[in-house]
Amino acid sequence: MATKTIEPKAPALVRAWDWITETQVWTSIFRHTAPINDKNRVLVMLSNVFLHMHPVRLRKSGVRLRYTWCMGGISFFLFLVLTFTGLLLMFYYRPTLEYAYSDIVGLREHVPLGIMREMHRWGAHAMVITVWLHMFRVFMTGSYKPPREFNWNVGVIMLVLTLLLSFTGYLLPWDQLAVWAITVGSNMARATPLAGYEGPGAQFMTLGGVPLVHQADDARFALLGGTVVGEGALLRFYVLHCVALPLVIGFLMAVHFWRVRKDGGISGPL
Amino acid sequence: MTALKSFIDLVADPRLFFAMTTVALVLVVWKREAFSSNRWGWGLMVLLAIFFGFGLTDENFVKIIAKPDNVPIVALIFLLVFFTWYSMREAVHNDRRIAAGKPPVEKDESDRVWTWPDLVYTELISMVVCMVVLIVWSILLEAPIEQPANNANTPNPSKAPWYFLGLQEMLVYFDPWLAGVVLPGLIIVGLMAIPYVDKNPNGNGYYTFRERKAEITIFLFGFVVLWSSLIVLGTFLRGPNWNFFGPFEYWDIHKLEALTNVQLSEYIWVRGLGMALPDNWFIREMFGLALTLFYVVGLPVLLAKKGLVKYYEKLGPTRYYVAVLLFLSMLSLPVKMLMRWVFNLKYIVSIPEFFLNI
Repeated sequence: MATKTIEPKAPALVRAWDWITETQVWTSIFRHTAPINDKNRVLVMLSNVFLHMHPVRLRKSGVRLRYTWCMGGISFFLFLVLTFTGLLLMFYYRPTLEYAYSDIVGLREHVPLGIMREMHRWGAHAMVITVWLHMFRVFMTGSYKPPREFNWNVGVIMLVLTLLLSFTGYLLPWDQLAVWAITVGSNMARATPLAGYEGPGAQFMTLGGVPLVHQADDARFALLGGTVVGEGALLRFYVLHCVALPLVIGFLMAVHFWRVRKDGGISGPL
Repeated sequence: MTALKSFIDLVADPRLFFAMTTVALVLVVWKREAFSSNRWGWGLMVLLAIFFGFGLTDENFVKIIAKPDNVPIVALIFLLVFFTWYSMREAVHNDRRIAAGKPPVEKDESDRVWTWPDLVYTELISMVVCMVVLIVWSILLEAPIEQPANNANTPNPSKAPWYFLGLQEMLVYFDPWLAGVVLPGLIIVGLMAIPYVDKNPNGNGYYTFRERKAEITIFLFGFVVLWSSLIVLGTFLRGPNWNFFGPFEYWDIHKLEALTNVQLSEYIWVRGLGMALPDNWFIREMFGLALTLFYVVGLPVLLAKKGLVKYYEKLGPTRYYVAVLLFLSMLSLPVKMLMRWVFNLKYIVSIPEFFLNI
């Protein structure tokens, strides 16, 4: 009599997993099996929109924290966190003199365990620091040198935009801290040469004896939409903070990441 | 204890503070072999931790450090010290290898690894760690909200957001048109010009100091000493009326500091020549104007002939003049600081007739 061998059954979870990954729904989303062999490690980078900004393979030094400090990646991640938490805050915040302050107080008083504003504020501070440290690392490894000169420049502009994003956001709570910090900061624009009403040479900017640059028509006025930090400034800073600057920096990020790839990937000795 | 606190208050004075950070940078660069040891790195971190731990026992210290918006700057101090040490450590390590005829570490790590799993897992872990840090930070520390905005009630001191406090500190030495507009603009232009004026092909893609001595020293001076340490100074050590206060000192709103600053024109006409100030601004300020003109035009030309000949020949006229002008603009801050501290000099050129003070 022949012996009958009985295959042991796979555990239930494994069978469930196998079943799920064989359904048409699953295979329509993931075109290949898990990246456990070289072929699939290539395919996962080519077929996934979120991963495709990576190369398929990269320098060993490029994945080392001791080389990159991960600061560029953390800056990008913080930007995503800030976009998300900022979006949530926009549901609760109205940029008018009447509501701005009370909406922020309301956020604190009425949202139990709420930490969205905290995450947004501390994330913003952290992003300023990580962007600086990213620049520091890129400088110390000489990674701005040819062929990456242009990308360094894109980075410098994004650093400035990061500071401007933080600066415009600083005004929105509309408390004493916010208004006076922006007042101190924007007062500098008064002194813009030729374009600020207290700037060198501004009084020579006349047309037929009519002054072109005065308190209600100069660089600071353009920034604040008024002669003091008031309603106009709040709206301007809100629109810049929530729409204009994120769009510009997002666009530059696309350029920055694209150029990292096109300029030879993460830097390393030639 | 009190004696130690008064001593720290004393040495935190802007003059000593700036001198000490500059000397520290010189030592770091000069004694980098010793500085790059692990003992120094961890020793500095522990020392900083002890200093802040000790500070937390003092109520005046806590008042400033624990302001919610100032907490990131404490983190910045630790991170900057750490990464300055760390990058020097990596640089010295590579320099030793290169001196021994070996390639830098990064060259040995040139072979390719798979993005999945090597990179994506690093990214995932970094994201998780960041998220945890951010959430814990957010739970522990509430975002500040003060009294509603009131244009009639000016806080003293009124401070810009912390990342601009280095610029606000510059207002002590320069007028707003320079400190708030021209010099920040030049910082941006200067950063953008770096890859185009730096023709040194070495040190591309790896840590090194020996192959890029001048570049790294200048950058560290600009970024760590001028930009970052002035932020620390402006945040922690400037109180009401932008007066200096030591870290353990009470922010007394009535603290008086004598303003004894003198214009260059007064030095020359009144004190030097014993005459009244001329009415015509051009004659009155001609010495200051000549000095400024010499600084931005004469000095670069002079340096091209003597002192920086090597760089002039290597870079060519365009790159040389752009680089030297940007460098001199950066140096204008410590130069003006020194003149203020040594001669009580207020302005080199002072033409209030059309808001031009230098």
